[in-house]
Amino acid sequence: MTVLPRTARSFGWHVLCLVIVAVVLYPLVWLAFASVKPPDEILSRLALLPSRFVFDGYTKGWEGAADVGFGRFFLNSFLVAGLSVAANVLSCSLAAFAFARLKFRFRGALFAFMITTLMLPYHVTLIPQYVIFQQAGLVNTFVPLILPKLLATEAFFVFLIVQFMRGIPRELDEAAIIDGCSVYRTFWHVVLPLSKPALVTTSIFTFIWTWNDFFTQMVYLNDTEKFTVPLGLRLFVDTSSESNFGAMFAMSALALVPIVLFFLAFQRLLVEGVSTSGLKG
Amino acid sequence: MTTLRTPDPPVAPVSAARVRRRDRPAGRRRKSQPEAFAFLTPWLLGAVALTVGPMVVSLYLSFTDYDMFTSPKWIGFGNFAHMFTGDDRYLQSVQVTLIYVLVSVPLKLTVSLLVAMLLNTRRGANGFYRAAFYAPSLLGASVAAALVWRALFMGGGPVNEVLAFFGWHTPSWVDDPQFSLASIVLLGVWQFGAPMVIFLAGLKQIPAELHEAAAIDGAGAFRRFRHITLPMLSPVIFFNLVMEAIHAFQAFTPAFVIGGGRGGPADADLFYTLYLFEVGFQDFRMGYASAMAWVLLVVIAIVTAIVFRTAKLWVFYDDAEDRK
Repeated sequence: MTVLPRTARSFGWHVLCLVIVAVVLYPLVWLAFASVKPPDEILSRLALLPSRFVFDGYTKGWEGAADVGFGRFFLNSFLVAGLSVAANVLSCSLAAFAFARLKFRFRGALFAFMITTLMLPYHVTLIPQYVIFQQAGLVNTFVPLILPKLLATEAFFVFLIVQFMRGIPRELDEAAIIDGCSVYRTFWHVVLPLSKPALVTTSIFTFIWTWNDFFTQMVYLNDTEKFTVPLGLRLFVDTSSESNFGAMFAMSALALVPIVLFFLAFQRLLVEGVSTSGLKG
Repeated sequence: MTTLRTPDPPVAPVSAARVRRRDRPAGRRRKSQPEAFAFLTPWLLGAVALTVGPMVVSLYLSFTDYDMFTSPKWIGFGNFAHMFTGDDRYLQSVQVTLIYVLVSVPLKLTVSLLVAMLLNTRRGANGFYRAAFYAPSLLGASVAAALVWRALFMGGGPVNEVLAFFGWHTPSWVDDPQFSLASIVLLGVWQFGAPMVIFLAGLKQIPAELHEAAAIDGAGAFRRFRHITLPMLSPVIFFNLVMEAIHAFQAFTPAFVIGGGRGGPADADLFYTLYLFEVGFQDFRMGYASAMAWVLLVVIAIVTAIVFRTAKLWVFYDDAEDRK
């Protein structure tokens, strides 16, 4: 290896990194500018910047499709994602506490089963689940989207919280028990507050994954009134004519805003959450 | 709350058998059993009602003809036989999915490892680059990102134009059977951030002294990579490989959006899950869709098992007792 001066090598490193940043972020920057271009410029002109800024896409897109405004889709998505977060954090932390802190019969076997479900393709349980919800009259409601989370079916998060709780010193809850705390109080007042980083990671990922989820929402929701943001965006695809491009990209840009905001706010936590969940274990 | 505590053992005289049971070492007496199951209740309910139960039912349905409106009709291995002998679109979906997994996973892991090594320094602005590279991993699965991708790779879109500038004239990628799948593969690779972050965490655990010692002994950068970095990183490579493969087998949204909801040009984007959705929820052939789901499960299980088996040959753990 040729030995270059430190500053030159450092400069080269930054240039290389910035080139990758440009390639990686290009699609997002392109989207941001496409959403304010005149419709005929979106695909026909290579330039990133529009010749003039047009906000028609946003006003037209916000009107939505099939008599339902896009605001409704956003409201539905926020409702589904918000309830999913609450349900997932609660049920997964309960199960995780049992696995990480309590002794009980079949613990090893149940834990192994939980880990196995991590690899289970969702499609295997999909059709019977659909039939169950169909017979209960719950298709075309938000229940099939939220109930599974209330019942901790997302093993990934149980596992993530278990790994975190295992790292909390055992002396703390042992001391609490000796001081006369019940197991329930120990969970609520000692272990849960200390698990905050894992719970925040769980919340953020649940929100983003639910927000992005397309498959489940498409399977269970039929009425345009009940549609979430991904389903609303799909309406633009179905009527994919050039005149609709402005609205489609404007709403696509809006759909990414909550995720981008979450990302900017919690970036450090997110990135660390991923690396620790992957490594320990 | 105190009433919920386990009562102290009774002091009343007990039979010899009970005494013996009580005398077992403390560890075998599961003191918190009732509480543990109280904590596990939601998860257990979900495991029974939404996982194990439906698995049994879907296994049964896979041997039937079922349209949701009339009761299932037992047809034995009929669904499976039809899949492999009488259904060209099924075989097409298998082929598309296998190509996608075999191309996108190694490509994504290679890119994420290279970038992770690039970032594994103490230079400033490292955090910024890490965050920027990670961002697409969060957006990748969304309809919005797939729509953007579709536009970028359309005829006259930026990708066409840039390639034309370099003298390579390509058709509209998303409308051409030869190129359509490639655009979806690239969308998968674009999300290299998640495995990259995990690689980076793994790289940080390799002691710098190893590299220094090898460098003093005259080992070049490539040899150090081959004989230090790769073996030390192999558990992490293993983890990423398993996770990304499982993930790739189940890809849906990009194929749906970029392929226009119907599998793309000449079914070039007919991913396995896309065909399963079509069969199950548009044609209401729920028995057939269940059979497809079970084949997917078996294939993922076999692939995972192969990776786990071969892991003994190429995954090295620091401490043999630390094996999991």
